[in-house]
Amino acid sequence: MRYLLFVITFCLSAIYVYSQNCTAILLGEVVDFHDNTPLKNAVIVVTGKNLKTSSDEFGKFTFKNLCEVVIELEISHPECTSQFVTISIEGNTYQKISLEHHLEELDEVKVVGKTVKQTNSAQEVSLNIETIEKYSSATLGDALNEIAGVSTLSTGANIVKPAIHGLNGSRVLMLNNGVRMQDMEWGDEHAPNVDLNSAGSVSVIKGAAALQYGGDAIGGVIVLDQAPFVRIDSLYGKTILNGISNGRGGSASTELVRTYENGFYVKGQASFKRLGDREAPDYVLSNTGVQEIGASLALGKNLFEWGWHFNYSYYQAELAILRSSHVGNNDDLINAINSQEPLVINPFTHEIENPRQEVSHHLAKLEVYKRFEGLGKLKVQYDFQSNNRFEFDIRRGVADNQAALDLNLTTHTLASDFKWDANQDFELQTGLMLRYQNNFADPATGIRRLIPDYDKYDFGGFITSEYSLSDAVVLDAGLRYDFSQVDAKKFYQSSRWEERGYDQEFQDLVIEEVGNQILVNPDFTYHNFSGALGLQYTDYKSSVFRANYALAQRAPNPAELFSDGLHQSASRIELGDLRLTSETSHKISLSAEGNYKNWGYTFEPYLNMISDFMFLEPTGVEFTIRGAFPVWEYRQTKAQLLGLDVNVYTKPHQNWNSNHSFSIVKGKDVTQDAPLINIPSANIKNSVTFNKLKWKDLELKLISDYVFEQNEVLDNFTVFSPEQQEEVLLEINSAPASYHLLGFFAKTSFNLGKKTKLRSSITVNNLLNTQYRNYLNRQRYFADDLGRNIMLQLKLNY
Amino acid sequence: MKIIKLLSLLFAFIFFTSCDNDDDNPDVINEEETITTIRVTLTDPESNVITLQSQDLDGDGPNAPEITVSGNLAGNTTYSGTVEFLNETESPAENITEEVNEEADEHQVIYSTSGSIQSLTTTDVDGNGDDLGLSFNMITNTAGDATITLTLRHEPTKPNDGTLSGAGGETDATATFSVLITE
Repeated sequence: MRYLLFVITFCLSAIYVYSQNCTAILLGEVVDFHDNTPLKNAVIVVTGKNLKTSSDEFGKFTFKNLCEVVIELEISHPECTSQFVTISIEGNTYQKISLEHHLEELDEVKVVGKTVKQTNSAQEVSLNIETIEKYSSATLGDALNEIAGVSTLSTGANIVKPAIHGLNGSRVLMLNNGVRMQDMEWGDEHAPNVDLNSAGSVSVIKGAAALQYGGDAIGGVIVLDQAPFVRIDSLYGKTILNGISNGRGGSASTELVRTYENGFYVKGQASFKRLGDREAPDYVLSNTGVQEIGASLALGKNLFEWGWHFNYSYYQAELAILRSSHVGNNDDLINAINSQEPLVINPFTHEIENPRQEVSHHLAKLEVYKRFEGLGKLKVQYDFQSNNRFEFDIRRGVADNQAALDLNLTTHTLASDFKWDANQDFELQTGLMLRYQNNFADPATGIRRLIPDYDKYDFGGFITSEYSLSDAVVLDAGLRYDFSQVDAKKFYQSSRWEERGYDQEFQDLVIEEVGNQILVNPDFTYHNFSGALGLQYTDYKSSVFRANYALAQRAPNPAELFSDGLHQSASRIELGDLRLTSETSHKISLSAEGNYKNWGYTFEPYLNMISDFMFLEPTGVEFTIRGAFPVWEYRQTKAQLLGLDVNVYTKPHQNWNSNHSFSIVKGKDVTQDAPLINIPSANIKNSVTFNKLKWKDLELKLISDYVFEQNEVLDNFTVFSPEQQEEVLLEINSAPASYHLLGFFAKTSFNLGKKTKLRSSITVNNLLNTQYRNYLNRQRYFADDLGRNIMLQLKLNY
Repeated sequence: MKIIKLLSLLFAFIFFTSCDNDDDNPDVINEEETITTIRVTLTDPESNVITLQSQDLDGDGPNAPEITVSGNLAGNTTYSGTVEFLNETESPAENITEEVNEEADEHQVIYSTSGSIQSLTTTDVDGNGDDLGLSFNMITNTAGDATITLTLRHEPTKPNDGTLSGAGGETDATATFSVLITE
């Protein structure tokens, strides 16, 4: 069966049509996107064909003697960024090309820039390279936090998971260079294993509409891509150095790119970060240092007709976990929560002690593409990923140096897709994906496996299409099917096996009994369907309206199925459920966008209804010899997320601009008529910027970030405290108070010679050293969040 | 096209060889550090022995610890007590007390009592001269109910005032015993 699918993958588009008729004329017109005025002196190149012309004073240009094939035009204009347009020549052809004339200006105004859109009608935002560079020493989650509707679920300052429209983990897909990251994203305290410095662009698709990447993106998709490599002979690079006051350390990142006119390119990149203990306004957050290493190599040949890309990247991080967050039993947890300060405060150190995590990720990818004239583009990709995670707890004796968790996740993926774009108004993309994954939990830990050994097989197929009804209206539709099988071998304690009632339902899975443990072989399959339907309406002047419906289904992840036992870092017993089924999301999102001379806005409401929504919630208490522990069980319910993201920017004066965004999401457990846990609270971000090109490109920016208190939380519950010999309220669901943080940013640039440019900047976070705690920081029980942080950055372009 | 065919064969090879699935079962893990049993031995001046025991053989499994008290205590008596920590999932049982003793400066057993107990004082110290608590003297009052709670703390602040909140650290094992004191 697998082999058959494999063959289909490649045969799908092995036949192509060949036509040759080279008398066609292309008449083109280059206009301003905003007001339709003709743009003269735009340079138009037919890529790969050595044809070049420029537009006249009416914005018109002509190419003669063209063959009836699909060609690609590169249009560049001194005041606009270059744009690539694919055109199919069918007889004498007319093509209108709109260039974003104000782009340079707009990019300074908006936090987000414009890159290639991944979807037609979904809510989508990208971070521009300046924003990525600004966060060079921070995490991907911190950078994405700039976007309205994107929040973070963090464990201290080092482990930051992005959440889109209130959802995170397995519900957010991460595409790194076209490769879906397999880095144990199911863990709440597992940060994405990517180096932000290796990305040239980051876009966020808020929802599951990008079916080509997967059908289970109930939260959304994060796409990290390389900056495009231009086909010219060139050698360039950049180096960024950061000094960071809070943590008393810094980071460095450097890259060098060599491109050739024949399309060949090679890029090398490396970065390093080292920080010691972070500091809250009043005390040192003991054991919160970090060390991160990232390196990547990309090479390939980048032609219009065909090409290949090879990419290898390595990421390694050693992350200290706040000492005070490592607690024993319920009583310890109660004491830790009730204490206003962390229970352990040591003098500052750069040392990283237990508890800590050590993660590494290897990613290798090879992509080959070929364009078939008159048909479209075929792409085949193989990628390999190896993810290794060690977690060290505080243990007795020699075991202190032995990881408590040691997981190795290996993934092979083969994918191919074909994009049929021969017709100007209609585009069709179809693809297949095969994936094999193996998880190995090393028994050397001496601790029962949190996640068992398993093999996982995935197969997916999709078809998406876009149809331009007119210049103004573009429709899209897509369907996807995913098959997934997980074949695990897991030891259960006999007592747990029976307490869960598995002996009634799953006794046939038992392989053997070893002492008081039972080895079982759960082998489950899931069939998931997803789809998307949408429309985009562009008012020729300046506004865009989008409507999108996305259906997504997600199979339970290994943590949801197999978790079983004490989770030390959370001081709770977590229990998965073998009975879980796939969850299904129906999401409707609307988007209205306007860009005018002095201001612009986006207004984006959405509704996400999820049936069989899997989540972890406290259900009771179990007693062990270490004391009492709250029990958290995975459960399924009907959930509903209703939210709104709004963004407004203004430019009242050529040197002044401002940016304002607001986002809110309401999460509800419909079945129980209760709030959902871990939903971000509403927040308002404002910034005012002054910039003046003449003054060495000076920019000064004041940033305000107001986070409301989450007033919709689950009820707290009481637990028996052996220490106090009575029932005590465990305030585990209470949300911290609202807070307001101020930030400051300043930058200036200098030219050091013809090609070399130095940019220096200073960023101050939490300017007033405000004490605060964030609802979505898992360490909020134990300590305040970070105090003032001053970061100096030097960036050298050469 | 040739390149694509070649590469597809290569991918197919990698993909399918990686699927080799041996049917070896994973090794069972018996947690060596687990404490399953706390055993307190109380000896009166006439060498009568009373044993208090808390035993939880399924560790962090669903079953609660089983608490047994071998008999009643005598009133107005000085008992000398010792405490043992065992891992009984292993056979023979592993004595964790030895590990605690080896890392005495990182451990402390903290006691609290209620009811008819006059005093409980620990009698041993670690290498730094700070309280350890593996042995103690306990004086009972006249007849009545009493409870004895003991907690083994890992990495406490030392020295401390002998209370749980003063000691800090993490709980490795804890038990509360209800006893009856007779005349």
